[in-house]
Amino acid sequence: MEQSGGEENFARVRHVLLVLSGKGGVGKSTVTVELALAFRQAGKKVGILDVDLCGPSIPRMLRVCRPEVHQCEAGWVPVYTDQQQNLALMSIGFLLEDPDEAVVWRGPKKTALIGQFVRDVAWGELDILLVDTPPGTSDEHLAVVENLRKHKIDGAVLVTTPQAVSTGDVRREITFCKKTGVQILGLIENMSGFVCPHCSECSNIFSKGGGEELAKLTGSEFLGSVPLDPLLTHSLEEGSNFLQAFPESATFSAINNIAQKLLLHMKDG
Amino acid sequence: MADVPSDAPQHCPGTSSEQAGKTSACQGCPNQSLCASGAAKAPDPAIEEIKVKLATVKHKIVVLSGKGGVGKSTFSANLAHALASDASTEVALLDVDICGPSVPKIMGVEGEQVHQSGSGWSPVYVEDNLAVMSIGFLLGSPDDAVIWRGPKKNGMIKQFLRDVDWGELDYLIVDTPPGTSDEHLSVVQYLSAARIDGAVIITTPQEVSLQDVRKEIRFCQKVNLPVIGVVENMSGFECPKCKNTSQIFPPTTGGAERMCEELGLPLLGKVPLDPRIGKNCDEGKSFLSEVPDSAAALAYQDAHFASRTVNTRINVLFITDQNSVHVYFIILWSLQDLLKNNVA
Repeated sequence: MEQSGGEENFARVRHVLLVLSGKGGVGKSTVTVELALAFRQAGKKVGILDVDLCGPSIPRMLRVCRPEVHQCEAGWVPVYTDQQQNLALMSIGFLLEDPDEAVVWRGPKKTALIGQFVRDVAWGELDILLVDTPPGTSDEHLAVVENLRKHKIDGAVLVTTPQAVSTGDVRREITFCKKTGVQILGLIENMSGFVCPHCSECSNIFSKGGGEELAKLTGSEFLGSVPLDPLLTHSLEEGSNFLQAFPESATFSAINNIAQKLLLHMKDG
Repeated sequence: MADVPSDAPQHCPGTSSEQAGKTSACQGCPNQSLCASGAAKAPDPAIEEIKVKLATVKHKIVVLSGKGGVGKSTFSANLAHALASDASTEVALLDVDICGPSVPKIMGVEGEQVHQSGSGWSPVYVEDNLAVMSIGFLLGSPDDAVIWRGPKKNGMIKQFLRDVDWGELDYLIVDTPPGTSDEHLSVVQYLSAARIDGAVIITTPQEVSLQDVRKEIRFCQKVNLPVIGVVENMSGFECPKCKNTSQIFPPTTGGAERMCEELGLPLLGKVPLDPRIGKNCDEGKSFLSEVPDSAAALAYQDAHFASRTVNTRINVLFITDQNSVHVYFIILWSLQDLLKNNVA
């Protein structure tokens, strides 16, 4: 496979952030989408690359379900979610004929497609490219790191839920980052406490504080916690912009704070 | 599709394809003559060995979900505990999540070691009749990451199935990572001769999860793995203070119920989002023992009660109380009922 193209396609991408977690279902895609929306709101041009080949969720979360991916000279044209073309997206979900089709692929094939994804998407000018990954420390992750290393990876944002079963897997992901030389920008605790909409009682359904503890233990920065908010899950189901719909909510300020911290990181970097 | 080695030359046609060893890409590959001889096309001898090894296992159940974090390991662990609460039932739980093994922690046997004996690796016993095997037992520290590509993961799974001294078992439950990739294909392939009863699919109610789960069901169809049924997890949360139920993961497209109707699959049950379940997982305790005197737990040990039909049992329980423990037992009964005529 040709190695050309990639260089040019990445020439105008300023920052690359990986969103990682050892554990599944902790909210990697949710965090990716919300951060992208927050960055866009801050006036940035943002791209999302969804490399979860077996379970791509981002297209639905941004309500871009069945677009056609066009080719241009430089490669695949990403799908823009807004008219101003400030939020671009590429996902394997776009390449499947039937949305229920299973991608039953072993590692080498996944590695090859990710290589192509990384090289052949014509992102154009981007301030930030967010890469959403599947859970684990295997083919997809190695492929992303290997293919992006020659350009630039600013670092990884790790997502966990508070309970020990989840932080245990995220510890392994931290080791992955250390071994592969990916800088950890910080940890986010998601699904951190649920406030009952009827009586305002806060229940820690998935325990509490695990993310912050893990950050201390591993010497990483704790970026913040995002509460378990039915309004957030609901807007992701519908593909609506949570940050626009509920600017008053605690969840909004949590996400926005995290986004601001990351923007600062990238300024320094 | 499944047989291109990770270190193969570009455009390798696959070791078991008709073109193996014969295409231009094969020129210069060290294994060219081996591929051309057709030896690589033969099925892996391990499949037959595994069949012999697992001949003493009555039921093999695979727990699957396209989506991560929906509760596969939690369900697998509680199912194992529930089945093993009958002392005459031999149960084993195999964790094939190589990169994120949570079963040791959930079963409260983190840090245990696997011992080698003449008949293979000895699994770790949680109870006399409840054995567990996971890559977690082979790691030195909780920080150890298993950064392996597919072929190496497959080799580990093969060893788990072939080289572990499981002994006589009534149930072998296989807990899997999310997705439809190496681990899943390997489990199905290596168990193809030994025969799997089927898969239990776990999902949460929202569409973002269901869309991945539909893919998993499609996977089952592709590899001819029967789906025993679907469990909806994290289905509504009852506030402990005001007792109002909130749909934290809203079933905007009808949840697992609608999906099961559409696909003609049995819905085994809906487990509510209960903080006690997560807490017990973190502490490595059986959630079902949390309420040991609950009607369901008692009923399970009552042979007379157990001999009645699933529906009668469910009706009896519904009159008394309906909580997450009971839902688990209802799922368990339905499962056992579905497996009754399914003796290997």
